[in-house]
Amino acid sequence: MTEIKRYDLEYSQLDSDRMRINVGPQHPSTHGVLRLEVEVDGEIVTEVVPHLGYLHRSFEKHCEKMTFPQIIPYIDRMDYISAMNNEWPYVMALEKMLDVKVPEKVEFIRVIVAELNRLANHQIAVATFGMDAGAFTPFLYYFRDRESIIWILERLSGARLLYNYFRVGGMAADIYPGFKEDCLEVVKKVRKTNEEIMDLLIHNNIFIKRTANVGVLTPEVAINFACSGPVLRGSGVKFDLRKDEPYSVYDRFDFDVPVGVGEVGVVGDCWNRNMVRMKEMEQSCRIIEQALEMMPEEGDVTGGVPRRIKPPKGEMYIRTENPKGELGFYLVTNGTDKPERLKARGPSFVNLSVIPEISKGYMFADLILILGSIDIVLGEVDR
Amino acid sequence: MESTNFIWDLMGKNLWSVVAVISLPLIFVLIYALVAILAELKVSAWIQERLGPMRTGPWGILQPIAEVIKLLQKEDITPTAASKILFNLAPYVIFTGAYAAFAVIPFSEAYAPANINVGLFYIFAVGSFSAIGIVMGGWASNNKYSLMGAMRSVSQVISYEIPAAVAVLAVVVLTSSMNMMEISRMQEGGFWNWYIFGGPGGWTKIFMIPFTLTLAIIYFIASLAETNRLPFDIPEGESELVAGFHTEYSGMKFAMFFFAEYANMFVVAAVVTTIFLGGWTSPFGSFLAGAGWGAFWFILKSMFVVFLQIWIRWTLPRFRVDQLMYIGWKVLLPISLVCFIAISFFSLLNLG
Amino acid sequence: MLPGEIFTKLKNDFGDAIIELNESPNSDPWILVGADQLFDIFHTLRDADEFQFDYLMSLSGTDLGENLGVVYHLYSMTHRHKLVVKVEVPKGNPVVPTVERLWRTADWHEREAYDLIGVRFEGHQNLIRILLPYDWEGHPLQKDYVTPDSYHGMKIS
Repeated sequence: MTEIKRYDLEYSQLDSDRMRINVGPQHPSTHGVLRLEVEVDGEIVTEVVPHLGYLHRSFEKHCEKMTFPQIIPYIDRMDYISAMNNEWPYVMALEKMLDVKVPEKVEFIRVIVAELNRLANHQIAVATFGMDAGAFTPFLYYFRDRESIIWILERLSGARLLYNYFRVGGMAADIYPGFKEDCLEVVKKVRKTNEEIMDLLIHNNIFIKRTANVGVLTPEVAINFACSGPVLRGSGVKFDLRKDEPYSVYDRFDFDVPVGVGEVGVVGDCWNRNMVRMKEMEQSCRIIEQALEMMPEEGDVTGGVPRRIKPPKGEMYIRTENPKGELGFYLVTNGTDKPERLKARGPSFVNLSVIPEISKGYMFADLILILGSIDIVLGEVDR
Repeated sequence: MESTNFIWDLMGKNLWSVVAVISLPLIFVLIYALVAILAELKVSAWIQERLGPMRTGPWGILQPIAEVIKLLQKEDITPTAASKILFNLAPYVIFTGAYAAFAVIPFSEAYAPANINVGLFYIFAVGSFSAIGIVMGGWASNNKYSLMGAMRSVSQVISYEIPAAVAVLAVVVLTSSMNMMEISRMQEGGFWNWYIFGGPGGWTKIFMIPFTLTLAIIYFIASLAETNRLPFDIPEGESELVAGFHTEYSGMKFAMFFFAEYANMFVVAAVVTTIFLGGWTSPFGSFLAGAGWGAFWFILKSMFVVFLQIWIRWTLPRFRVDQLMYIGWKVLLPISLVCFIAISFFSLLNLG
Repeated sequence: MLPGEIFTKLKNDFGDAIIELNESPNSDPWILVGADQLFDIFHTLRDADEFQFDYLMSLSGTDLGENLGVVYHLYSMTHRHKLVVKVEVPKGNPVVPTVERLWRTADWHEREAYDLIGVRFEGHQNLIRILLPYDWEGHPLQKDYVTPDSYHGMKIS
């Protein structure tokens, strides 16, 4: 194992002034309007204090005033990079409460659109991470491919980013003819680009130098901070809700859960977190291929949607594997058509809270990369 | 010694000819900067499978002009808390440094604005101007990002000047001259006489080729760092320091930084061309040689080096500050010293 | 381990501090505990070999009318079981011991619950608002919250 470089010891001897810098809310690489109050000693980060709330839109308060179907578009706007994945746990919670049986075909459509969206999300995550490191070209390669994914989702739902496609007990619309071919085309494209990016970015010597052994998150700390998704798996913890707590039809697919193994650097560093995303894309491709194979041709997609959604009194915590981690909804109902309380446990919010812990003692330039490797969306952090 | 400046020959030595001599490089810089901006846009577009600018003129060739007009129209903001004199002076200092270096560049056998004996030395001397300008602008902006960018930039320029200077010195040892015109002339007679291939000489120069080749690469890497280009663009490192030392600049002053960066790119490319790639000499012996063709070959070779810089910029990620220093002091400097000693040794044995 | 078994075991250890086990339909079964011994209960839940709830999935504040509630969703990475724990405190004095020292993820969750619901977590090292501005008044997710007309002279509609 390579030695992890921390600088605070050598420099603490010097009598030097520390400088406080505001990284954000307007900064090119805070991935939104996050403000990090950073204390630096020269180039070395000694303290990080995140300030949130610049994008707070009172999501939870709004939900208490909305009927259940009206909430779905609001949920899209939480993690706007992977809106399909966001809608799923909420819809699942209501289906469980109302005891609605979801048709087979719907489940497969959901798996396919969620995995397509996971591909799109990981593409953005890796691309922007590369851009944080200064490599601009992979970003555009990925956006070229992401366009074809968005094109499919647009033909399904009518929107490019905020889909509002899931319904309780069904979907908003059936798939279009030629959907299968389009998906297979996308899978082919994604694999080809991933090979390119592996050469261009992931195994680039400078990139490895920048990201390996930086921002090391040990498994114990990761679990204590309740990190999830690629951040947790990058630390070597094999935990994926699709595998460990299978929902929908995920138990029928054959796929692996990639974890950080430390090909380069230490398990749990930025490079491994990023590598987990690269490997997950391949697994998503496999799931899409299998789902397309197994999806029943015939089936009513929109018919099962109940007219009135009025779940009985109760409460439920439902979680699914979002591309960024575990997305949970704590839904409390009171017997009316509006929720009593809807708390969203966003993966970005929880994963971001680990930033002050893992970025101390690294260089200022590393802080940006650590933030990039966590892959946050501020719409979900601030809600 | 025959004249190395055709303007003196044509117009004699008077005030008008002096103005002409001075303004010719300036005109060249302006035209070159426009071409280089377009090249940057188009090359990056090809690399990234885009089209690049397409709407301004055919294939977007008017885009750089549009950009300059845009920059000219922008509001010229000086922050309230900035140190006004230094803040306003900094872009001109940087541009002066870049432009002054053009004085000794031998564009052709008939044109070097000033054919002085210590040309290479002069280039290094005025090259450091940019460091002063950057630290002036960075400090005067009264912005923490600017200050950090300025500090990074100065440490970087100072560290990388040393391997670059050692690489150049090795060639000086071979040529026994710091006159750039002389160095170019010595490489006449085809590309195998270029100093990247050991310079002119008998078959024994084969032993020198690995060393001169290494030095050429080292100089090129160091020049990337001196011009603050990726992978060494940490002074402006967009994702970390917003825009580094020129965060607070806008309008024409920003345009000066912009021009200075491109002018500096050409200066280092011209030095690579002169000392390693034969300057204005034709790569095919006497084929297409001559004063006019000399300018053509010189600009072609320099633009090729500029193209290399652009290519690298759009391919590689960025280094971190400590890694950059590590490469400068612990990798490039020892290698260049070894090569320098080896070449001095060969030179002593008269192998070259 | 099922919530029922956990409830019996906790009841043996803590007696009256464990109030009830609710298994109403349409809900995840939950254990209602008192606020006094909360920290010790969670300490046991986290560290006892049979429980090992090392993963705090979510911590939510709720407004229950007269009371404010805090709901803890726990998960165990080793045993793969889940547990929902609830605590209720009166609205007049909503003080709950912090669990931030047990699960560091609770830091931000508790700040959020304080911010939006108004539960005060005793012993929390940095209990300040997280989503709303630092000088905001009131706790918006309480049911009787009235939106102010303006904030620093800016109109709120």
